Amino acid sequence: MPPLEVILQQAFNGLMLGVMYALIAVGFTLFFGVLDVIHFSHGDIFTLGAFAGLSLTFLWGAVGLGNPAVALLLTFLGALLLTGLIGVGAERACVKPLAKAPPLMTLLATLSLGLVIREAILIFYPRGADPKPFPAMLPQGLWEIGGVVIRYENLVILAIGAGAMVLVDLIINRTRVGASMRAVAQDAEAAQMMGVNLNRTVDFTFFLGSALAAVAGILNGLYYSEIHFIMGIMGGVIGFSAAAIGGLGNVYGAILGGLLFGVLQTLAAAFIPRGSEFRDVVAFAVVMVFMVFKPTGILGEKTIERV
Amino acid sequence: MDDQIGEVGVSRRELLKGGAAAGIGLVAVGGLGRPARAQAKKVVKLSFIGPLTGGTASNGLGGRNSFLLAVAERNADPKSKYRYETIVLDDECKPTVGVQAALKAGSDPEVIASVSHYCSVVAIATVDTFNKLGLPSMVWGAVLPDITYGHTYVEVSRVNGTMINQNHIAADFAVKKLGFKTFSIIHDTTDYGRGHAKYFTEGLGRAGGKILSTTGTAKDQKDYTAELTKIKAEKPEVIYYGGLTPDGVRVKVQMDKLGIKAQFQGTSGIKSDTFIETAGPSAEGVYCFVEGAPTEKLPGGKKFLEAYAKMNFKEPSEAYGPFAYVATHLVIEAIEEVGADRAKVAQKLKRTKKRDTIIGPVEFDEHGQNTVPLITTHVAQDAKWVVWEDSEYATGKRELPGLKFKRERT
Repeated sequence: MPPLEVILQQAFNGLMLGVMYALIAVGFTLFFGVLDVIHFSHGDIFTLGAFAGLSLTFLWGAVGLGNPAVALLLTFLGALLLTGLIGVGAERACVKPLAKAPPLMTLLATLSLGLVIREAILIFYPRGADPKPFPAMLPQGLWEIGGVVIRYENLVILAIGAGAMVLVDLIINRTRVGASMRAVAQDAEAAQMMGVNLNRTVDFTFFLGSALAAVAGILNGLYYSEIHFIMGIMGGVIGFSAAAIGGLGNVYGAILGGLLFGVLQTLAAAFIPRGSEFRDVVAFAVVMVFMVFKPTGILGEKTIERV
Repeated sequence: MDDQIGEVGVSRRELLKGGAAAGIGLVAVGGLGRPARAQAKKVVKLSFIGPLTGGTASNGLGGRNSFLLAVAERNADPKSKYRYETIVLDDECKPTVGVQAALKAGSDPEVIASVSHYCSVVAIATVDTFNKLGLPSMVWGAVLPDITYGHTYVEVSRVNGTMINQNHIAADFAVKKLGFKTFSIIHDTTDYGRGHAKYFTEGLGRAGGKILSTTGTAKDQKDYTAELTKIKAEKPEVIYYGGLTPDGVRVKVQMDKLGIKAQFQGTSGIKSDTFIETAGPSAEGVYCFVEGAPTEKLPGGKKFLEAYAKMNFKEPSEAYGPFAYVATHLVIEAIEEVGADRAKVAQKLKRTKKRDTIIGPVEFDEHGQNTVPLITTHVAQDAKWVVWEDSEYATGKRELPGLKFKRERT
């Protein structure tokens, strides 16, 4: 039995990882919930968000913006806006034109778009092939309580991640556009007959999901102090799997799925002999089990509760 | 399948540069009155295969640039019997893509030889392919021993050293020179990472170090906190990482974030400018081992770096650029000597003896393996890789983080 401090540290590690996955998973679930679309370039949108954030930090440095809190806020706002708009562009390029095509076409188109985004970062970002250091913009330092290390920045990351998810929940459940999203999710034609602007609702959904991916990308950079143009490949696969475990179309399910995936990977690596080599095997085996025995995921039923 | 192979043609700008260099050379040496002689040369194609995209692309691009530099130099030489054209192929550091790239190169009869691979997982996968195609391939960066020692094919040879010597010397350095006793090993689960772990374990056994745990991790894994938390509880003096730069950066940075003060020891796989740039302050005091010596300290390193700078490549040559450069020159020398015939070139390359190159004397054993005796230890000091003997860590002016941790603990 490992010491208690190791168990607690691993639980915290799993939580941090889970929050990153949950933020990506929520995007997948939003797109699926509203449009029944699996947006496979979402992982690369997440990468794009991280690179947009990194580029903005250079911009603030160049213009001499000294206040780190303001720089962080502007980094988030700028990257969210930029990535959200690119997400809308992706939807207009790869999703909307294929609305009446077989779902496979949309899947292929978004998969290809992801590749284009990834390769574009590689080619056009200066020395894009290399991993990039992400500046430390959060308070450094740590508490070591009984052998458990809790970094100040990790608490801020958790707070921002949780805040973003609460905000999405509020937008969906407490705003007019959120009501439109829920209406479209239930029945797009009926929603249109009731006066919901379908195009605007879909645009907003993609903006919101992509902006969330940008939050995940920046938090990823802040947490690991490094970003890489290929980070969206596994990020996307895991985000999608997490959304599927939780129940595609259900925001709370995506959050739960993300956390579960993070904890599963961490537990496998930490407590199974040679588990590190099999952490993905264990996590994805759980996905397979869910797909076989509960294909709708933990919370996923096509009910009124979905997005 | 071209998309998967990821052929990367030499960019127009680079072609212009190469062409300009070749042109200037011809004008300077041959004079303006004899352009027809250059045009009459028979064209021979050479392929370069390396990781031009993906996590290890910086090393691949440095190798590619060095290959192009060597070809440009040969094309600028009026004594060259042939005009050399290049095919640059991306193996993405993936075995399947590498095999396709080798097939593509080998299926072009004008390609007489290839300068191939930085990644061991790819190099070991293409050995049979080069043999079946009869295409001579000189490896310029991959260090897995079996690439040359696992077969008797004449087609595959290697200009750089293997990971056996590197890891035995690394173990001796850590145990006998620095006095570390306990080690936790992390390695990626590719043949490359496993090979490093295997030979380092072997070296530690001989040197007298104790291994507390060995952890295999997926290549390109992002999060190492679970593994490192487990290792932290073992309280090792050294964490050894057998893998490449991107993952090495993550392990070291996350070690620091978890408050692990053990010494980080790497392999030639992390010896890149990218490691230092990306790890930032976390890189300080990290040490690793590389075959040969730093480019600027190589016998012809200064000349190589000057020539490289003149080509205005966007990317640095990285640690293995000089090996790709030497491999290209050796290949071309063989073609010049025996003609544009794959079988003859393969025989000639396999028997390379007593060649003075910018990496020093090159001499192949019966397996076509360069018996480079020199392994250099590097330590990250003030955001630069410094040869151990020249560093302030060696003189005692600074103390390695792991030694400080060990001293404070006892």
